[in-house]
Amino acid sequence: MSDARTEMLSRIRTALGGSAPEPAEVPRVYRSVGEHGAGSDAVLELLVDRLVDYKAHVHRVSAAELPALLAELLLPGAPKADPGRSAEGQVVGSSDYRSPDILPTTRRAARSVVVPSGIDRAWVAGLAGVEVFRDSREAPLSAVELDGIDAVVTAARVAVAETGTIVLDGAPDQGRRAISLVPDVHVCVVRTSQVVQTVPEAVRLLDADPGRPLTWISGPSATSDIELDRVEGVHGPRTLHVALVS
Amino acid sequence: MRIALAATCIADAMFPQAPKAVVTLLERLGHEVVFPPAQACCGQMHVNTGYLAEAVPVVRNHVRTFAPVADGEWDAVVVPSGSCTGSIRHQQRMVLEGAGLPAEARAATAVAERTYELSELLVDVLGVTDVGAWFPHRVTYHPTCHSLRMLGVGDKPERLLRAVEGLELVPLEQAEGCCGFGGTFSLKNADTSAAMLDDKVANVVETGAEVLTAGDWSCLMHIGGGLSRAGTGVRPMHLGEILASTREAPVHPADREEVSR
Amino acid sequence: MSTFLGMPAMRAGRGPSPDAAPGTLGGVGRPEDPLHWGATFPDAAKAALENEQLRRNLGNATRTIRTKRARVVGEVPDWEALRDAGSAIKADVLARLPELLETLERNVTARGGVVHWARDAAEANRIVADLVRAKETDEVVKVKSMATQEIGLNEALAEEGIAAVETDLAELIVQLADDMPSHILVPAIHRNRTEIRDIFLERMADAPPDLTDVPRELAMAARAHLRRKFLSAKVAISGANFAVADTGTLAVVESEGNGRMCLTLPETLITVMGIEKLVPTFDDLEVFLQLLPRSSTGERMNPYTSMWTGVTPGDGPQEFHLVLLDNGRTKVLADEAGRSALHCIRCSACLNVCPVYERVGGHAYGSVYPGPIGAILTPQLTGEKSDLPYASTLCGACYEVCPVKIDIPSILVELRAREVALAGSAPDAGDRVWKAAMKAASFAMADGDRFRRAARVPRALRAISRHGVIKRLPFPGSLWTRSRDLPEPPKQTFRDWWAEREDER
Repeated sequence: MSDARTEMLSRIRTALGGSAPEPAEVPRVYRSVGEHGAGSDAVLELLVDRLVDYKAHVHRVSAAELPALLAELLLPGAPKADPGRSAEGQVVGSSDYRSPDILPTTRRAARSVVVPSGIDRAWVAGLAGVEVFRDSREAPLSAVELDGIDAVVTAARVAVAETGTIVLDGAPDQGRRAISLVPDVHVCVVRTSQVVQTVPEAVRLLDADPGRPLTWISGPSATSDIELDRVEGVHGPRTLHVALVS
Repeated sequence: MRIALAATCIADAMFPQAPKAVVTLLERLGHEVVFPPAQACCGQMHVNTGYLAEAVPVVRNHVRTFAPVADGEWDAVVVPSGSCTGSIRHQQRMVLEGAGLPAEARAATAVAERTYELSELLVDVLGVTDVGAWFPHRVTYHPTCHSLRMLGVGDKPERLLRAVEGLELVPLEQAEGCCGFGGTFSLKNADTSAAMLDDKVANVVETGAEVLTAGDWSCLMHIGGGLSRAGTGVRPMHLGEILASTREAPVHPADREEVSR
Repeated sequence: MSTFLGMPAMRAGRGPSPDAAPGTLGGVGRPEDPLHWGATFPDAAKAALENEQLRRNLGNATRTIRTKRARVVGEVPDWEALRDAGSAIKADVLARLPELLETLERNVTARGGVVHWARDAAEANRIVADLVRAKETDEVVKVKSMATQEIGLNEALAEEGIAAVETDLAELIVQLADDMPSHILVPAIHRNRTEIRDIFLERMADAPPDLTDVPRELAMAARAHLRRKFLSAKVAISGANFAVADTGTLAVVESEGNGRMCLTLPETLITVMGIEKLVPTFDDLEVFLQLLPRSSTGERMNPYTSMWTGVTPGDGPQEFHLVLLDNGRTKVLADEAGRSALHCIRCSACLNVCPVYERVGGHAYGSVYPGPIGAILTPQLTGEKSDLPYASTLCGACYEVCPVKIDIPSILVELRAREVALAGSAPDAGDRVWKAAMKAASFAMADGDRFRRAARVPRALRAISRHGVIKRLPFPGSLWTRSRDLPEPPKQTFRDWWAEREDER
């Protein structure tokens, strides 16, 4: 293609020269599966523990209870299932940077929600009074539009219990990468059967279609850049709710 | 057992109390100790400073001197130093191979396979942890980097110390942190070395121990030099010196020339 | 408290704040060569050691992260098996590098990406600048990337009138202060919260005037400042943690979400990647996604990992360029003993456990790659004479934690031999002294009889000892006695005692 390409490849071949290391057999004696099956109680318990450790909010519901949970999480003044952990709704926006104490743990009322076009419509049917935007690759919202939206609800592809990770792969019920990024609250719906124990289990599942854009999420956005002091919520959603649906 | 002693160059010249203690200890345990007089140095300083060509004659001398252990003339070689044992085990073969001396490199491997640091020899080869020592003092132990990471002696030295009658072993804060010696590092990067030493000295003083012990006189010379400069009164002693001390022939921390008289 | 660590060779009139003299906020300025700047290591270290604030910042930070790492690594029952696999995969990558690069190129191209090859920093910078200019924009957003630090991309773009905005919080702090990173993972590790507050107040136009030094507030100020840039940027520039040859997939591992913003929102994405960042197959990621987060931030998993393959219609950047960078890597590859330095996944675990790094910080290394990995990688990349291979006690803590098992102490020793060889061709006064001393020691230590006589020499020092110690020696002994005492040498060497004992028997 270019001189640089030819020269670099030739430099590499020269560098390896006679001393080219033998292509090594990679020892793969590490765990490729965990001892607990996908969706088992042990795996779910582990996932919840890890998510909570990274300051995500976990809610375990049945499929029938999901719309009510979403309403509770996103509607202003909705009844609280867990009053001990909630506070009154706070206004969202960049001007609230001075409210350090309430940010990561607060449930905020959303005025607008974006959902990927492939999501089950019943999930958000109960969000009376909230403007619901549908986004798709064919009809995408702009970044500026997304910036004006308070929350996002998506499904997920797979979750890893040991690391507290949820993976989105851009399928129609998970949407474009931007929608789960720009709004400040992300409610992610994970089916219990999607929860595996180990990273290799998830990677091998994703390997079925590795070309999809993948986003691995482990708790809300965070930084430890100032004196290694962890601050949750920088650029990505500052609040992550995980609805574990059985 | 017939055990050959590699005294190490630094202990031979500067800290003879350590190899003397090894002689006393092993003889007390019923073994015969041999000191092959042709020995000088393992070559570590040259290798670690990058002077490989200058290391070659030094390494060759060591390998030739101790080669009889491979023929069964001695059962083992003991070294009162973790870093010299590490160099014998991990560097000598490489130096000789690099110098185009494959036969001597093989000999080096054979010698290295039968060479042990003191705590390894006692625990792994001789199978003892209680060597019948008596040392009624408060002691803290610094695991030197090479014994810890190159040899992996683990808690063998501490097991030996815990079995010493009268000895109070106090834990050292940040024990696994390097003391800053690093051979020629202490000269080439004298300021950084001194900064690391300051922290080690502070942690040693914090223990309230009377004696600081370790398996290497090189690191002990460094920490001991810092302890002395700071006027702490804490005495550096090699592990072997403590293990050599008995009720019948006690070794006093303040009396370095008294060992094994 | 300033953290001035010695004056590096300066790029004239460069940097984000050319009107501000370097050092006004404690920054070291932007050097001409990001792989070789500043004073010699011993001198730069000396200056750093005198900075009490820096030592406290570093001590606290490295202790914190060491503890976190040890805890999460302890959780993984198959950690050693993962290290073995990670090391073997990287060795395999190097062995098959030409073939794997061509496979990667083919797959990225098939998915709508464009692959560029850059022999050195200048060529990479030229490629990126041309791509940005073609988009008719004068501002780009950047994800933290060691490769672009190494080639001085921001400064090269500035020369073309393009402002590159660092969006990682620590990189932003470093950029605003006209400073250099001092850690691979936490570039502003040398700064405490008060210094950061001062930097924001002075250099970030939209910083709230009543900003305090609470880390959350500082982070939120950066969020507000950068959000506008993310929403308007047309071009983003990133590095890559991994590139999968088999699929053409690229991966960026991050925490804050600035990476996702850059990788997702702009129309055009340019990724600059060292040629060694490859893994052969997608499944290989299962190894590194376990090794990297736990080794670097001490987390089970970092908050965000993005993976993309070429262009996805309707989702994310619609134009993607991948720049494959050599810049000295083939020199490292040619060195059989040192090539495993290219296994490095930039986790920085070796920095956090290094007793030298912990005392002197990253700037003393005079390279964007500090710490133990920097001490082997920097001299190999530049091929120049360097004092970095000596900036270690060979304590081995780095090797113990390295997730891909790079035997850093052994490579340091190899590189010291190379330094001695380099010094042989053009020795300075110091080199000559060392050579003479080592030759003399070699002579004395290669023979038992000669050593018997040599070992008696220190005894002469008993004349200057007082109460069993020597407190002052002439140079070069003064290097020792400046900070430590030397015990009085014994009256009798061990071998003389042994000989006497044998005679008595």
